[in-house]
Amino acid sequence: MVTSTRTRLQSRPKSVVSSIQEFWQKQGAGLLPPILGIAAFLIVWQVFSWSGLTRLPGPLSLWTEQRTRELLLYPFYDRGGLDKGLFWQTLASLGRVAKGYTAAAVVGISVGVLVGTNDWLNKATYPVFQFLRMVAPLAWVPIALVALQQNQPAAIFVIFITSVWPILINTTEGVRQIPEDYNNVAKVLKLSRKDYYLNVLFPSALPYIFTGLRIAIGLAWLAIIAAEIVMSGIVGIGFFIWDAYQQNYISEIILAVIYIGGVGLLLDRLIAFLQSKIAPARK
Amino acid sequence: MQSTTLLQSPPAQSRNTVGFLSFDQVSKSFPTPKGPYPVLENVNLTIEEGEFVCLIGHSGCGKSTLLSLVSGFQQATSGSVTLKGEPIREPGPDRMVVFQNYALLPWRTVFENVYLAVNAVWPKQPEAQKRAIVREHLAMVGLTEAADKRPDQISGGMRQRVSIARALAIRPEVLILDEPFGALDAITKEELQEELLKIWTDHRCTVLMITHDIDEALFLADRLVMMTNGPAAGIGEVMTIPFDRPRDRVQIMEDPQYYELRNHALDFLYNRFAHDDD
Repeated sequence: MVTSTRTRLQSRPKSVVSSIQEFWQKQGAGLLPPILGIAAFLIVWQVFSWSGLTRLPGPLSLWTEQRTRELLLYPFYDRGGLDKGLFWQTLASLGRVAKGYTAAAVVGISVGVLVGTNDWLNKATYPVFQFLRMVAPLAWVPIALVALQQNQPAAIFVIFITSVWPILINTTEGVRQIPEDYNNVAKVLKLSRKDYYLNVLFPSALPYIFTGLRIAIGLAWLAIIAAEIVMSGIVGIGFFIWDAYQQNYISEIILAVIYIGGVGLLLDRLIAFLQSKIAPARK
Repeated sequence: MQSTTLLQSPPAQSRNTVGFLSFDQVSKSFPTPKGPYPVLENVNLTIEEGEFVCLIGHSGCGKSTLLSLVSGFQQATSGSVTLKGEPIREPGPDRMVVFQNYALLPWRTVFENVYLAVNAVWPKQPEAQKRAIVREHLAMVGLTEAADKRPDQISGGMRQRVSIARALAIRPEVLILDEPFGALDAITKEELQEELLKIWTDHRCTVLMITHDIDEALFLADRLVMMTNGPAAGIGEVMTIPFDRPRDRVQIMEDPQYYELRNHALDFLYNRFAHDDD
C-alpha cells in the first residue's frame, strides 16, 4: 500500500509487483471464493484418489503421467491420422459444431418466425416440435447414420437436430410475445414486410432468440462429444475420449474433459458477449 | 346562443345522411362462452370534416371499442362505419392513432420512430424531403433537441409529444386519440392540450378523442359525446360546446355557460348514468 502510493507520487513506472498488488486489491474480494473453491475441489479429488477408494487418477496425474504431460505441453503436434494434439482434436469438434449450429440458427430462426407469425401453423407444429425436441442427442446418432450413411455429415446432423429446438421454440415465443401496441402501430401504418421485420419483429424478439441461441450452443457442444464417441475413427475430442478409454489411458480422459468444459464455458461466454453487443438488456 | 340549442337530444339525423365520418346503426358484440356480449348498441353519429369530437363515459362503456371501429382494428357486428362514404374495413394511415401507452418503438430513436411512419406512408418521396417532414413535426411539438434520444430516455410527456408528432407527420384525415393525456401530470397535460389545439387549428384534421376529463373536453372539443353505461352502451347525449376559437382557458372558465355545460355533463355521468359498481 505504502510503496504503491509512494511510487505513484514520484511518478515512476509501476513495478510488476505493485501492479499485481493493485489488481489484487481491486479484484481480490471477487476472485478469492472461486479460487478457494477450485483448490478445495482439486484437493478433495486428489485425496480421494490417493485413498484407493477409486481407480480414478487424481488431478496431479495429469502432470506425473508422461502421456498426458506431453498432451498438455504439445497441444499442436500432428503425427497424421488420428494422432494429433488436443488443439487439433478440439478444433475438429468445434468445426462440426460451427456447421451444425449455424444451420440450426438459420433454420431455427426462420422457421420460428414463420411459426410465430402464423397461429394455425403454430398449433399444427406444436406437438411435433415438442415431441422431437425430447429425443436425446444420442438417440439421433443411429438415425443420422442410417439416413446419411457417412460419419461426418451424420455428426453435423446430430448437432443440428439437437440445437435447433431451443432456437426454434424461443424464436416462436419471442415473435408471439411482441407487444400488441407495436403490432397495432405496424398495422395502422401498413408497414411493409421488410420494415415490420427490421423495426418491430426482430428487435422485439431478439432477447428470446438469444436465449435460444445460448441454450443451443451448450447443447450443441454436449451433443458433438456424445456423437463422436459413437462415431469411431474421426479426429475430434469426443472420439479422443473414447479411444483413450479403450486403451485405458484414464488421465487422458480427464485432460480431455477439462478441455471440453473450458471450451463449453468459452462458447457460452461468446454468445453472451454477442448478446450484450447486439441485444443489450433494456431497463 | 341559447342554452336550449346547445344540448341536442340523442342524434336524430336521418339514416341516409352521408357525413364525413358516420356511424349508422352500429352495434358491436364479442363472442363469449355464454353467448354474444353486446358492447355497443345502435350507435348513430355523424362527424363533420375538421371537427374536434371528444368522447366521455365510464370505463367499460365501449369508448375504446367505438374508436377501434374507426381505426379499423375491429369491425362492427351490424351497421356500418363509413369515412367519406366508404366503409372502414382495416387499419390505415388515413386514420392515425395516438395510442394510450404511446406505442413508440423502444429500440428506435425519437427521429427514427417518426421517420418510420413517414417512410411507410410516402416510400417514394426523396429521402431529404422525408427527413424534413420529420424535423418539421418534431419542431412543432418542441422536441428538436430530443430527436436522437430513445423513448426510455425522455419523460412521459415528451413520449406523448413524439406520438402526436408521428401521428400528424403522416397527415391523417382522422386523428384518433385514446385518452392521450391520462397518465400525465396536470401541468404537462395543460401544455399538451394547448399544443394539440394549436396544431389542430393549423392542420384542421378531424379529431376523435377519448377523455375522462370534462374540463379537457370543454377546452378542446366542438362536441362532446356522452356515452351510456355498458353492456350495450350507446350515445346518451351529444353536447355542442359553443366557445369561440381560438380558445383561452382562463377566458372560457369565466364564461357562465362553462359551468352550465360542466354541471350538465357531471349530472349525466354521476346522476343519470352513475356507475353502480364503483
